[in-house]
Order: sequence, then structure tokens, then C-alpha cells
Amino acid sequence: MPRVYEVMFILRPDMAEEDADKLIAGFASTVTNGGGVVKTVEKMGRRKLAYVVRKFNDGNYVLLTIEANGPVVLELERRLRVSEPVIKFITVRMDEEEKRLAKVKALRGTRRSAPPATVSAEAAAPAATEAAPASA
Amino acid sequence: MPEETQAKSTAADSPSPSAPSPGSGPRGPRPAGGPGGRGKFFRRKKVCKFCTEKIDAIPYRDVRLLQQFVAERGKIVPRRLTGVCTTHQRRLTRAIKQARNIALLPFATRH
Repeated sequence: MPRVYEVMFILRPDMAEEDADKLIAGFASTVTNGGGVVKTVEKMGRRKLAYVVRKFNDGNYVLLTIEANGPVVLELERRLRVSEPVIKFITVRMDEEEKRLAKVKALRGTRRSAPPATVSAEAAAPAATEAAPASA
Repeated sequence: MPEETQAKSTAADSPSPSAPSPGSGPRGPRPAGGPGGRGKFFRRKKVCKFCTEKIDAIPYRDVRLLQQFVAERGKIVPRRLTGVCTTHQRRLTRAIKQARNIALLPFATRH
């Protein structure tokens, strides 16, 4: 079952733009080759590091949002570890968090819409209106 | 002028013995409209920023948000000082630790 992960990594600041793009494309291809999907690639630009990493004071942050299985992430992490321009990386699993957020959003939506428009809410989702008084 | 201040202080002092100060302690009901002599001990009720402002997600990328809950030396500020609720403090702590790992936040100040 594929899961959503956020992989953030820092590239060394003295790297050329084209090389960085090439490297990122390489990482993206490892994900797609492993059967994963790259959702977004966001270059957050150069920023100061909070502490010195490999004698660097700043770095280029890149955020990769992927949807993949565990082994794909493992392979991606291995590549990040061995590639020399990457000075730091972190992988965070996001699917649980997203699920929670969606739930909260839905709950809030029903709560807000229930008092003024009960008729439409009942017509749209009877289960939701049943849940709303219980939670209120 | 000195007379005036003296009068004020006596006025402030006089209601305190009559008030039920013994027993009720420092948090007891203080005379209303006083000159604020004991205002130092007044504590505002702290509320969770995330609950009141309805911030659902605490992403580790949001340095601005996390920085509010990190002390000068890089420590995570305890809940009892910030008023954040337990649930959100847990998430906040996790986000701060993740941010530290990717050098968005410091583990400690430099040097």
C-alpha cells in the first residue's frame, strides 16, 4: 500500500543550478522506477542553516512529496546518503497526518453548516447530521 | 503631594483587612478598583494558540510558527509557560524536533 512521504533534503550551496536540477530529476526517477509517484517537487531556495553542517552555513532546500512504498523510500534514502552534494535529508510520513486533517476539516464543515442550513445538510448527508449533534 | 499619596495608600490598605484575605490566599478576590498594588500577581488565563486560532497542522517546515515556541537558547518552551494544550504541545514538540533535524531550527545557539 503506497504511502505519502515528504522528503526534504539540503544540497550544498556551491552547486550549479543545472547540476542540482539533474540531481533532483535523478531522485525523482528512482521513485518512479520503483513504482512510486512524485507528487510535487519544490525548490525552497537557499537559506541559512540553523547550525553548521559539513562546514556549510547555508544550503539549497528541496522538498519532494512522493507517494510510494517502503522499499522505494529506502532506496531513495540510500541514494541520498551516498550522493555527495546532499548534505542532509529527512523523510516524514504524511498520510496519517493528512487523514487527520481531512477528518478535522470535515468535522468543522458539518458543525459550521449544520445550524443555519439543516435542511440542505440532511438532504446531502444524513449520516453527517447524525454525527454532528452527537459530537456537539 | 506627599499627603495625597499617603491618603491613597491608606485607602488601598484599609479594604485589605476587611477583605477575606486570610484563608483565601493571594488568589482571593481583591478589592475592585484598587490602585493596582497587587496587580503583579495577576495571571492572565493562558489559552492554547492552536486551539483558539484553529491551526490544525503543525508542519515542521513552518519555521516562523515553531520559533514562537522555542526559547532563545533553542529550548522548547514548556507548556506551563506558553499555555499550549497537551495535544498540541505533543505535535509541536515533534515538529520542532523534525525541524532541528533538517537544520531549520537550532539544537542550541551557535558557539
